[in-house]
Amino acid sequence: MKAKVFVTLKPSVLDPQGKAIHHSIEGIGFANISDVRQGKYFEIALDGSMDKEAARTEIERIAKDVLANPVIEDYRVEIDG
Amino acid sequence: MKFGVVVFPGSNCDHDAYHVFSKHVGQPVDFVWHKETDLNGFDAVIVPGGFSYGDYLRAGALARFSPVMNAVKRFAADGKHVFGICNGFQILCEAGLLPGALMRNAGLHFVCRHVNIRVENENTPFTSDYENGRVLSIPVAHAEGNYTCDDVTYSSLEENGQIVFRYCDENGEATDEANPNGARSNIAGICNQNRNVLGMMPHPERACEELLGSNDGRAMFSSLTSTISRLSLNQ
Repeated sequence: MKAKVFVTLKPSVLDPQGKAIHHSIEGIGFANISDVRQGKYFEIALDGSMDKEAARTEIERIAKDVLANPVIEDYRVEIDG
Repeated sequence: MKFGVVVFPGSNCDHDAYHVFSKHVGQPVDFVWHKETDLNGFDAVIVPGGFSYGDYLRAGALARFSPVMNAVKRFAADGKHVFGICNGFQILCEAGLLPGALMRNAGLHFVCRHVNIRVENENTPFTSDYENGRVLSIPVAHAEGNYTCDDVTYSSLEENGQIVFRYCDENGEATDEANPNGARSNIAGICNQNRNVLGMMPHPERACEELLGSNDGRAMFSSLTSTISRLSLNQ
């Protein structure tokens, strides 16, 4: 079983890196992009001893306590398999 | 009186802080390896600058899980003094000892130069030897110094006098041009509600000798030592 965690800046937080990426994308000719927000992506392998619901609870805790800083970031968890 | 300088893997301003205490403050000082779990015997600890854990995940995010941080939390809860500088400020925010967070600089660049900061609250253990409005020339060296917090936190920081330093120009005006990293309301340093924990992005330990361009940071360390002597006299 595998978990995917997506960490992104909260919509209210300005993302200067996303803006710089957006600017570069426009600079090479892609004109139809209205916004870019960057974030982090984690793949976490589980050893298979937990059921899907228990795994979700645990990964949510890891996302909240370690992977994301709740002051500035949101997170989303997906469990595969 | 004894000071501790916490050392994480990747700390690189620990020796600067040690130097200031041994040479300028003239008080006993010891390094504290991040695996330590006990801060008994210390009167104040410095969480120094650097790149603890290589800034992996986020600046300060992994250092907060080091064993010493539980001791630092108890130390702060006991009213002892904790002083986080640069990466130390980032660690204290990540650890929840100070509110808010430090994001990537608005200009994306690593900023390394002398900046002016204004003393906003002289009534803290770290600023008692300054007066409000005093402009200090102190170097910054960071890529994640863009202080941010939500509106509720910001209002409470203002109301409780927790904003200790703001970036300003040489005349003491907190302008956008004088803000090196996009920090909310030019915030350069804050303290907790009890005022025994201070975090700041600029490096006062690098501004203690005229030879290095400024000694404006010296009074921060003398403020701390006089506060601690006063407290021990009262006890």
